[in-house]
Amino acid sequence: MKKYAPVFLLPLTLAFTVFFVIPFLGGLILSFTEFTTVDNAHFIGFDNYIKAFSGDSGFLNALWFTVKFTVVSVVTVNVLAFLLALLLTKPLKGVNLFRTVFFLPNLIGGIVLGYIWNVIINGVLSYFGVDITFSANYGFWGLVLLMNWQMIGYMMIIYIAGLQSVDRGLVEAAYIDGANARSALWHVTIPSLMPSVTICTFLTLTNSFKLFDQNLALTGGAPGKQTSMLALDIYDTFYGRIGWQGVGQAKAVVFFVIVALIALVQLYFTRSREVEV
Amino acid sequence: MNKTVNKTFWYSLLSVVALFFLLPVVIILINSFKSRFVIMAEPFSLPLGESFVGLDNYFSGIKASGFFKAFGISLFVTVGSVVSIIICSSMTAWYITRRKTLVTKLIYFAFVFSMIVPFQMVMYTLTYVAVKINFSNPLGIIFIYLGFGAGLSVFMFSGFVKGIPREIEEAATIDGCNTLQTFFKIVFPILKPTTVTVAILNAMWIWNDYLLPYLILGSKYKTIPVAVQLTMQGAYGNVDWGGFMAMLTLSIIPIILLYIFLQRYIIEGVLSGAVKG
Repeated sequence: MKKYAPVFLLPLTLAFTVFFVIPFLGGLILSFTEFTTVDNAHFIGFDNYIKAFSGDSGFLNALWFTVKFTVVSVVTVNVLAFLLALLLTKPLKGVNLFRTVFFLPNLIGGIVLGYIWNVIINGVLSYFGVDITFSANYGFWGLVLLMNWQMIGYMMIIYIAGLQSVDRGLVEAAYIDGANARSALWHVTIPSLMPSVTICTFLTLTNSFKLFDQNLALTGGAPGKQTSMLALDIYDTFYGRIGWQGVGQAKAVVFFVIVALIALVQLYFTRSREVEV
Repeated sequence: MNKTVNKTFWYSLLSVVALFFLLPVVIILINSFKSRFVIMAEPFSLPLGESFVGLDNYFSGIKASGFFKAFGISLFVTVGSVVSIIICSSMTAWYITRRKTLVTKLIYFAFVFSMIVPFQMVMYTLTYVAVKINFSNPLGIIFIYLGFGAGLSVFMFSGFVKGIPREIEEAATIDGCNTLQTFFKIVFPILKPTTVTVAILNAMWIWNDYLLPYLILGSKYKTIPVAVQLTMQGAYGNVDWGGFMAMLTLSIIPIILLYIFLQRYIIEGVLSGAVKG
């Protein structure tokens, strides 16, 4: 087996090293340098990080906007997806057709999705003589609406799978013990759905937090940069502000650290659940 | 009696929700048949009388954006990347799961680590490397997707390999198979469920991806999302809305067609990807 190691490992590890490991380490190093092209980078210590958090960098605004958006999206998407899943696990004919329809938006790419909603939201707002770039609030709720449209169907199928694996015997036992539908839901069904809740919460959390395409297509950050989320702000710093490439890279490192922390918390939750089961 | 009233209620509720999910797509479709001058003024009117322009928008939209070329490039990049990801990451995953050494453990750890790194972290340096070594073309981007998509795919394949009993492979070796034959004749067919999942997850990601092809291929080899974004960006407010609606419609149609035929696989693939990832 050993002599076949190059055949099995080399193609993937090579592509992975050149297009992931080197860019990753390079990015880490570049965040401590000032550069306009990579070749003229020189070391400046933590200056980029200090600049990234300074008033005119837009990073803290983007962070706050992203956090608000993420919290609202996680709650709305999960509540609505769960309610839909409850509806679709009722003994009704044709529920599969509805499931298919609800899942559809998830397959459409972020750019196309963003423009679909751009047209619709601007169409509605035009009756009031404004458009989505009129106020950051419009952009915020537009993004929430879009995110719900895209993610509800996806989370719904996870909740449906969870609901279908809930032990029917437990639910029936609760009914025999005198529980009504609501308390059976609260005390039996939902507790045994906790694994699905964890998965869905973290999926919507990371997807909302890292959102880029939809943000670019729906508002492009307008008005001003008020509706720029982190990913878009980092992109704009790299490609829209000459001499700020190092700051962009520093922001990207901070972004990575936050995303990694979320992933670690998720790992902790999933692990502790496995021990329980 | 009560039961039928209930049923009617649930069906009406589901239908209203289904309308919310379908309406955005339908509005775009309807607008693609309307004269470009009325779309923004009356986005919710029907294409009746003078506002109906037949397929005119499709001709102008396809011509302005080079839609068919973009479709071809998207298809080439997606199929090429998915096929190479499947072959290379299943081989690597099997090898590093079966032969535990310090090196293979390290490789596995690096792949898993890459899953939590957001694209913005490596965006700038990756583009720099790709341009430097002349990989900024449709063939080159396949290797980039191979490197970047390796993490999740290796993770999912090795999760599955762990559950396959070794005895089957040992029997094949005794029967005279070398390692390559054992893998492709015995192991690879067993991996099929994971192969389908990995294929669907990567295809959805790569087909809809915007930022990487925009940075690497630019306007020279536009994929569909890049073509959509550049049409808007390049118009500077002077947009041919009719052509744009036609383009949005055309980019959704292939996805819906594929979804109709592969619905079961897509939903199952996304579901198991969510649960394991």
